[in-house]
Amino acid sequence: MGSEVAAISSWQPSASVAALQSRAHQLAWVRGFFAQRGVMEVETPVLGRYGVTDINIDSVPASPVPVAAGFSNGWLQTSPEYHMKRLLAAGAGPIYQVARVFRDGEFGRRHNPEFSLLEWYRPGFTDSDLMAEVSELVCGWLGCDAPATMRYRDVFLRFAGIDPFLASDSELSALCEQWMEPSRLQSLSRDDCLDLLMSCQVEPALAEIGPVFVTGYPESQAALARVSEQDGFRQAHRFELYVQGVELCNGYWELTDKEEQQWRFAADNQARRSAGKPEMPVDEAFLAALDAGVPDCSGVALGLDRLLMLKLGLDDLAGVIAFPADRA
Amino acid sequence: MASYSTNEFRGGLKVLLDGDPCIILENEFVKPGKGQAFNRVKLRNLMTNRQWERTFKSGESLEAADVIDLEMEYLYTDGEFWHFMKTDGSFEQYPADAKAVSDALKWLKEQDVYTVTLYNGAPLSVTPPNFVELEVVDTDPGMKGDTAQGGTKPATLSTGAVVNVPLFITIGEVLKVDTRSGEYVNRVKGG
Repeated sequence: MGSEVAAISSWQPSASVAALQSRAHQLAWVRGFFAQRGVMEVETPVLGRYGVTDINIDSVPASPVPVAAGFSNGWLQTSPEYHMKRLLAAGAGPIYQVARVFRDGEFGRRHNPEFSLLEWYRPGFTDSDLMAEVSELVCGWLGCDAPATMRYRDVFLRFAGIDPFLASDSELSALCEQWMEPSRLQSLSRDDCLDLLMSCQVEPALAEIGPVFVTGYPESQAALARVSEQDGFRQAHRFELYVQGVELCNGYWELTDKEEQQWRFAADNQARRSAGKPEMPVDEAFLAALDAGVPDCSGVALGLDRLLMLKLGLDDLAGVIAFPADRA
Repeated sequence: MASYSTNEFRGGLKVLLDGDPCIILENEFVKPGKGQAFNRVKLRNLMTNRQWERTFKSGESLEAADVIDLEMEYLYTDGEFWHFMKTDGSFEQYPADAKAVSDALKWLKEQDVYTVTLYNGAPLSVTPPNFVELEVVDTDPGMKGDTAQGGTKPATLSTGAVVNVPLFITIGEVLKVDTRSGEYVNRVKGG
């Protein structure tokens, strides 16, 4: 209670002015990076008609007064993805955005419910093409070594000692017992168990090695990435970059198939129902854009606050965000 | 009883875990961007004083523990219980057993005020103030002129506590002692 009151009564920013100067430099550097490459900066709504169906991402509801043909039950966007894909379908070509996004309930040293997301799309790029560009951007700014690439399966085998594709549910659950009591583990799905091991065991181990791209996620964690069979397993063309154990970005060779997308939305809402979470309306405008034709492309979203945190050698986002949630 | 969700967890909050009252020390939120969120929580079990690390799925909740800290005056012991009285003028008395007073026992002086932690209305633990002032009842004779030399000797205080004191300290003097480290701080004027 005391700290809550202290935080609210504090008018000062949690980040130093020097950190805020670095933040301004970073933003200018990022814009220069894309200007050089002929990628167009765009802006899309922060307040939209639809949220997302992802079971683990909660949108913040926002209810404006309905204007002509508008909506009254909207959502602060968790990522500019659907709007940007509508721009891709409209022929925008390569585009990027520095977006303010919102994720309800996420707060900690590496989370703030409102944060800056750098998202960009590259028509004609595969996931490996885009990983090369991410590497140039991140390492160009941080001055770090070019990231290694490891498969999701291999990071689990090496750092958690378990095969995420072949282990049985009970083997996974047993391994999770070092973090959670068996009675609480019963409420975890297979993917929840993998996420627990990722957060508690794999990420801390990744902090001990240099920058690394993790690729080849299980099909159940494909999100909006296309899936193909590789090395005998159905794997998502999804990649994440970890620098010093910090998850910095999430990218896909994008799914552009409307039917498949529709099916995944429905599956998300099914999972939401089973978990007792509210179902989310499906973004019909995005589906219509997929129907009209989103070009073959890869896209990625990168956390700018975390990038700056790494640049400045800090371990808490409060050092790089002027006013985090506890003093916003 | 109220309960707290993981997003309300913060240092100092008292909750029930496995039937025992615990105080939350740290709460770390972890979550893969697209994945399930968890809270990695450090707690201290108030019954055993042992530190626990537990992970919760975000959104889970724990029942609040009925634990409060109250200032109380120490009255006396009957050998089995140590009796404390509220300082709010209510004269309400609480008997604390040997387990509850164990950490404070050697600092207990009648009429001094202590922090008594109540769990479900009964004393769970007694915490002395950070500094207490107690009289020396036994120590080797003082050596005049030795004030600057350093060097220490044991001294027994009125509560039975034994602390290391400078060589010049004599019986009957009142000393200020840090109860956290058990170390001598200084002589109290007029002692």
